[in-house]
Amino acid sequence: MLILGPIGFAAPWLLLGLVALPLLWILLRAVPPAPIRRRFPGVALLLGLTDAEQVTDRTPWWLLLLRMLAVAAAILGFAGPVLNPAAPTGGTGPLLIVADASWASARDWSRAEARIEAALDAAASDGRPVALVNLSMPEAGVPVFQSAGDAAPQVASLSPRAWEPSAEAMSALAAALPEGAFDTLWLSDGLDREGREALLDALQDRGSVTVQQSPRVIRALAPATYADGALLVPVLRVATATEAQADVAAMGLDPLGIPRELAREVVTLPAGEARAEAVFDLPPELRNRITRFEIVGESTAGAVSLAGDSLRRREIALIDGGGAAREGLELLAPTHYLQQALEPSADLIGGTLADILLADPDAIIMADVARVTETESDALLDWISEGGLLIRFAGPRLAASEEGRNIMDPLLPVRLRAGGRSVGGAMSWGEPKALQPFPEASPFHGLELPGDVTVRAQVMAEPDPQLTENTIAALEDGTPLVTARQSGQGQVILFHVTANAEWSSLPLSGLFVQMMERLALATRPAAPEAAELEGTTWVAERTLDAFGGLQEAGDLAGIPGARMAEPVPAVDLPPGIYASGDRRLAVNALAADRELMAASWPSGIAVEGGAARAELPLQGPLLALALALLLVDLIASLALAGRLSRMRRGASTAVVALALLLIAPQGLRAQETADTLALRASSEVVLGHVMTGDAQIDRVAAAGLKGLGEVLYRRTSVEPGAPMAVNLEADDLAVFSFLYWPVTADQPAPSPETYLKLNRFLRTGGMILFDTRDADVAGFGAASPAGRKLQALAAPLDIPPLEPIPEDHVLTRTFYLLQDFPGRYQGRGIWVEASAAGAEQAEGMPFRNLNDGVTPVVIGGNDWAAAWAVDDRGLPMFPVGRGFAGERQREIAYRFGVNLVMHVLTGNYKSDQVHVPALLERLGQ
Amino acid sequence: MIPAAPLHASAGLRRRAEEMSHILPPLLAAARQLAATVQLGAHGRRRAGLGDEFWQYRAAHQGDEARAIDWRRSARADAHFVREREWQAAQSVHLWVDDARSMEFTGDDSRPVKADRARLLALALAVLLIRSGERVGLADPATPPRAGEVQLMRLAARLTAPAGEADYGAPEGRAMQPHARAVFISDFMGDPVAVETALTEAADRGVTGALLQVLDPVEEAFPYQGRTIFESMGGMLAHETRKAGDLRDRYLERLAERKDRLATLASRTGWQYSCHHTGDPAPGALLWLFHAMERLA
Repeated sequence: MLILGPIGFAAPWLLLGLVALPLLWILLRAVPPAPIRRRFPGVALLLGLTDAEQVTDRTPWWLLLLRMLAVAAAILGFAGPVLNPAAPTGGTGPLLIVADASWASARDWSRAEARIEAALDAAASDGRPVALVNLSMPEAGVPVFQSAGDAAPQVASLSPRAWEPSAEAMSALAAALPEGAFDTLWLSDGLDREGREALLDALQDRGSVTVQQSPRVIRALAPATYADGALLVPVLRVATATEAQADVAAMGLDPLGIPRELAREVVTLPAGEARAEAVFDLPPELRNRITRFEIVGESTAGAVSLAGDSLRRREIALIDGGGAAREGLELLAPTHYLQQALEPSADLIGGTLADILLADPDAIIMADVARVTETESDALLDWISEGGLLIRFAGPRLAASEEGRNIMDPLLPVRLRAGGRSVGGAMSWGEPKALQPFPEASPFHGLELPGDVTVRAQVMAEPDPQLTENTIAALEDGTPLVTARQSGQGQVILFHVTANAEWSSLPLSGLFVQMMERLALATRPAAPEAAELEGTTWVAERTLDAFGGLQEAGDLAGIPGARMAEPVPAVDLPPGIYASGDRRLAVNALAADRELMAASWPSGIAVEGGAARAELPLQGPLLALALALLLVDLIASLALAGRLSRMRRGASTAVVALALLLIAPQGLRAQETADTLALRASSEVVLGHVMTGDAQIDRVAAAGLKGLGEVLYRRTSVEPGAPMAVNLEADDLAVFSFLYWPVTADQPAPSPETYLKLNRFLRTGGMILFDTRDADVAGFGAASPAGRKLQALAAPLDIPPLEPIPEDHVLTRTFYLLQDFPGRYQGRGIWVEASAAGAEQAEGMPFRNLNDGVTPVVIGGNDWAAAWAVDDRGLPMFPVGRGFAGERQREIAYRFGVNLVMHVLTGNYKSDQVHVPALLERLGQ
Repeated sequence: MIPAAPLHASAGLRRRAEEMSHILPPLLAAARQLAATVQLGAHGRRRAGLGDEFWQYRAAHQGDEARAIDWRRSARADAHFVREREWQAAQSVHLWVDDARSMEFTGDDSRPVKADRARLLALALAVLLIRSGERVGLADPATPPRAGEVQLMRLAARLTAPAGEADYGAPEGRAMQPHARAVFISDFMGDPVAVETALTEAADRGVTGALLQVLDPVEEAFPYQGRTIFESMGGMLAHETRKAGDLRDRYLERLAERKDRLATLASRTGWQYSCHHTGDPAPGALLWLFHAMERLA
């Protein structure tokens, strides 16, 4: 191979052809363009005219240049040029390929993969054994050298993971290196980490080490935190001396449930800084929707920061029964202490109950609200039964009202006694009551009771067998302080005291806040305490892959809470969303305190910056260039010779058609075809067959409907047009009246929208003939694959009960009198809509008085389309039976088809024959 | 058993007949369709003569036979009146349609060749004339003017005969009846002297008529460029140019000159001249021809 600068030539001798170019120049120059011969009667008038000026009969210089370029490109192309020809690789002996394969490798993984393959190819041609080691997925034991060919299929095992190699993995490898000397190719992700240098030393002891790492700066996101009403997302990078910007996008579901970008912040990383923070100050509504943050344009797990529910702040509605608050009496306002307790950790909303329910808050707190109107009550109950949490506080109004006195109020957990009681006041006996320790079943269990919480007044619950069960906090004397009741998926909780300090000192104590927290009203701290996680088990719901995509977790083992307390992702804890009960924790690829440091390599090590510069054969592009130039030359020559005008129309048509083909929006075409289809199908009777995706079956179905159409045309007044193939997903079914649906075992099920369309089609008088084409050998069980598929396909369809066709069904006499319905097979009967239970046979009538309507489906397996199918010449495509009996069977099949179409088009009018005697009688005959 | 030879002969005859009838009706049908675009009114000669239609009453004068007097009209006045009828003598019309190779040209596949248009116009004119009672024939002695629908079939058969071998055609006036009408349809691209001779010869015999020059729009536009060898349709004539675009103006000049010469010749001999392009609709040209026939009468 001849190598000139960055380009090598596989067949350099061909380049000698370039010497011939000047010769070509002279030759081409001398040959003028050939004249065109034209037949033209007006030549008689031309005779004797001379050319006023001599057009040069030499080829113009630019055309010559074009041709020379084309020829030169062809010569160069055939000489086999290669950009960046692979330099011969040195080294002998075994080769160990080590890959960090962390999330940081993900972005440039395709290059790394190419480098591995290049190394494997080189090793294969040099006969070097190779071993592959993925540091992120360490395998126990010593890496085994094998031939490059055997190692090639394992390259996929080096693909990056969403976590980073651990120090243990590196030291384990350093301790368990194979015997003997070998060279190493280290595909580094460019990040420094503990254990790297030790491993490097160990590898260098065995032979030369080559490092390949991407020169691009690695950026990542640390877990988001919540502070002062805003979300902080730290952006990390390897500190460099240049300023950089990063677009951080907050992704989440929009109200329609479609994932989209909710907000975007541009973060500037000053020169030399390795960390900056993106601040998202969003309305709570939007903030609660965020599921993840990501650096725009970077697809690595590190550039994604998942949001667990720690970022989610609860939306709590406060409703104050006091009406207009009296100015200056804020401390007496029923909701003052609630606001104080909840404001730091939840988003509070206010307003009327109707407005609040529209916002669908997590919880509604009603402080001393006695009456709720009936509509509001209904809406509130609906909301509770769908999982809402209603917390009510008692108060003078509730105590004075008749709510829940005699009957159970659904908005109260218990029945209340009239009046309530007060203790320890000036006018009452006894001491204010303290609290009992919380029972074990209570959500407050374990909270420490401060000694100074006393209750002076409360509303009393009516004694009830359920009362103890419903009580989750009680006073010393056993009277309930807090009662709760499940209602649907939600809960109604009543504090029997006021939410302000009027009746008790509870709202003044820290216990009040803790109780609120326990009621899941307050947001949990961003990182759960280790103690809190003790004893819990977390199950991965979705995990991140190295490229930042969320995947279904599958069956990963549960993670003990202790491991979750220090969420450093590794093999046993892949980044993702983990769930325990109703809590969700996010484990991100980067721990909160992670800092990114660039890996520095000793000077003795060859570091390949960026990609392995792959060999790029230039032959194809050069030859294409030569071809393109020759095409230009062709057009230019034609233009010069005046021959272009003749072809102009055709050429321009072709060009326009080509351009249209390329740029025509797909939707436009679909729209057009949909319109023409609807037009065609609605301008005459058209039989449709459902496209199954199997070309042969679709062809037979089309041919079958064609044959049936011809029979209909000849014998009946139905004159159907050419049958149409119906794409259930795209086409409008409303324009059809009859669909033939051959069921194949492997056809895809229609989408839910399509089922809606199909059901509308069936309800509005359309008919589907399902044909399992298996002669119904299984007798409507699920024993044949097509039968099973039919069951699956038809399950979402709105089909009435079916029965085997009764002898007096109207299908047996809509046009021909039939009793069996063969197709290509003479199978068993077919199934149609069950006749009404009360149908009775009238006196002297051969059939029952059946209800009106068209059976929406006819199900069978006799492969009717094959019996009906005709080819272009109108001859049957498939044999049916043997001899005359077979032809008779085909005839009956056609008759069945005629009856079927007649049934679709005319309904049950043949059934009306039962009324003939009555009609005749009425006429006086 | 039927002998083989007669079977072959009859089959051949039938095939030829079918071919013939296959060719004729389309041309005839097209011609009839074209003729239908011209509304025929009363086709009188606008002067008194032998005929069925009433022309005028005039006062009887010396020499009128007694039986010529219209007694009914005369009874209403004091004088005697003679009832005159319109002269409705039939005319003989000779058609000459150029069948030379040059007429086989069309500049665009979407347009008919000139010969097609010429034949169509000629036959449509024949339909109109025969419908109004004239006798129509061709300029050659083989098809003398005759009246009646059958003549249409003969004309159609003659007009669809294979084209001649010559590059350019020239009319012949020898077979024309004296004082007949004649219609020459050609592109008149050939030697103008032949046309002049035929025309003066015809004029000498009292024959008047119309010249219709049928040209393709390309022949009027000359949209050619570049190095070109122009050949006549038969390939007899050829002209090579290096730059066809330059010849355009001079060609158009010559074409105008040729048209002018034909128009002058026509006016001098009492003929009518018009030019028709195959790109234009045929009814216009037919109307002109028909009116030209009327003007001549």
